[in-house]
Amino acid sequence: MSERENKPNTSNWFMWFDVRHRDIGDWAFVLHRLTALGLVLYLGMHLIVLGTLTLGPEAFNSFIELAHNPLFIFGELLVVAAALYHGLNGLRVGLTSFGVAIPYQKQLWYVVMAIAVIGSIIFAISMFTA
Amino acid sequence: MSTSKWDVTFLVYRKKGQGTPHYDEFTIKVNPDEYVLDAIERIWAYQDRSLVFAHACHHSTCGACGMRVNGVEKLTCITLIRDVTADGGKVKVDPLRNFPIISDLTVDMGVLYTRMDEVGHRPVLPLSEEPAEPGVKPVKIAAEGDIIRLADCIECGLCISACPIANTTSGYLGPAVLAGALQHGLDSDQHLFSLVEGENGVWRCHSAFECTEVCPSYVEPAGKIMELRKQVIWKRIFGIAK
Ligand code: HEM
Ligand code: SF4
Ligand code: FES
Repeated sequence: MSERENKPNTSNWFMWFDVRHRDIGDWAFVLHRLTALGLVLYLGMHLIVLGTLTLGPEAFNSFIELAHNPLFIFGELLVVAAALYHGLNGLRVGLTSFGVAIPYQKQLWYVVMAIAVIGSIIFAISMFTA
Repeated sequence: MSTSKWDVTFLVYRKKGQGTPHYDEFTIKVNPDEYVLDAIERIWAYQDRSLVFAHACHHSTCGACGMRVNGVEKLTCITLIRDVTADGGKVKVDPLRNFPIISDLTVDMGVLYTRMDEVGHRPVLPLSEEPAEPGVKPVKIAAEGDIIRLADCIECGLCISACPIANTTSGYLGPAVLAGALQHGLDSDQHLFSLVEGENGVWRCHSAFECTEVCPSYVEPAGKIMELRKQVIWKRIFGIAK
């Protein structure tokens, strides 16, 4: 075996997201990672926007104006859905990591998904009707 | 059980040396109640003697015949053709992932065997010492000292191939090896403990549960990794693993 082949192969990273032929646990992992990245991106943008507060009321208010755009509201819905899934699946991962309910990890994931989807729908309705 | 033959096309991964990987197609007549390995052997025997693949026992004991059948890790010697395709259908056969390819369907699993040795995994051990499945009490027999058994893990490497983490971190000990480490428990020696809790040990796992999904031998490596995590934490807090 050559040295090269034995080194970490980070160029394979995109294969994390290849869920073809894989099972529920892998889908859960991939979604967890994608939502994690999404949430980090959102946190960054959030801090930048909050930063506009230091530029005075006009700058901030003009941003709030922009935030009423339906596209923006849809973006916020994605953030809520991602946070719901990530948080709930985080609990699932935490529980199984301590040896709790390992044989039921798939059933737990269905519960996570159900709550995340229902929660997101409720949020969407209240957001778009507000 | 039907005895009529099926026409099945096998798409077989080929790679020799530094050559470009590609798939070769072989259409053959099979009995659907034969196994995928039987078909591969026939392709080798009658169509292409340069096809390289590995097997030994033909009955799910040696762990040599692991491949990806339609993308999923299988012991090809116990994978019924009937279960993976239909008459006139196709079957895609790839080598295991996350190991260097030697030739075609054969991979170099040396790193798995060395790591199994490093954690002291015993392929044969007293009946009472193989960690029981979660929720199952360990077997206690009066004459247990005299009774030995084969360990559950047949070192087939299917779990390493299925693991998304092994896919990017070849240093990760991997499911079979961590499950193997549980044979002794973490109190047995310091080296084992540092391997298991080290950067390539149990905390690398991201709970995709793919190892347990594909393991043909009921090792349930994912559950064993979680059990080891518990032991690591107990040992850190109370000084002993359990
Ligand atoms: C309710 C709150 C949260 C819980 C319970 C939670 C739980 C978890 C857990 C258990 C993991 C490890 C998953 C694994 O082993 O693959 C994780 C990973 C991660 N989380 Fe969270 N998380 C929460 C909120 C957040 C937030 C708000 C962010 C971002 C701003 C975030 C970013 C990340 C990142 C970047 C990872 C690494 C992902 C990976 O390695 O695939 N998390 N989270
Ligand atoms: S743990 Fe299961 S899948 Fe992994 S090498 Fe052992 S028998 Fe094969
Ligand atoms: S040939 Fe031995 S396990 Fe398949």
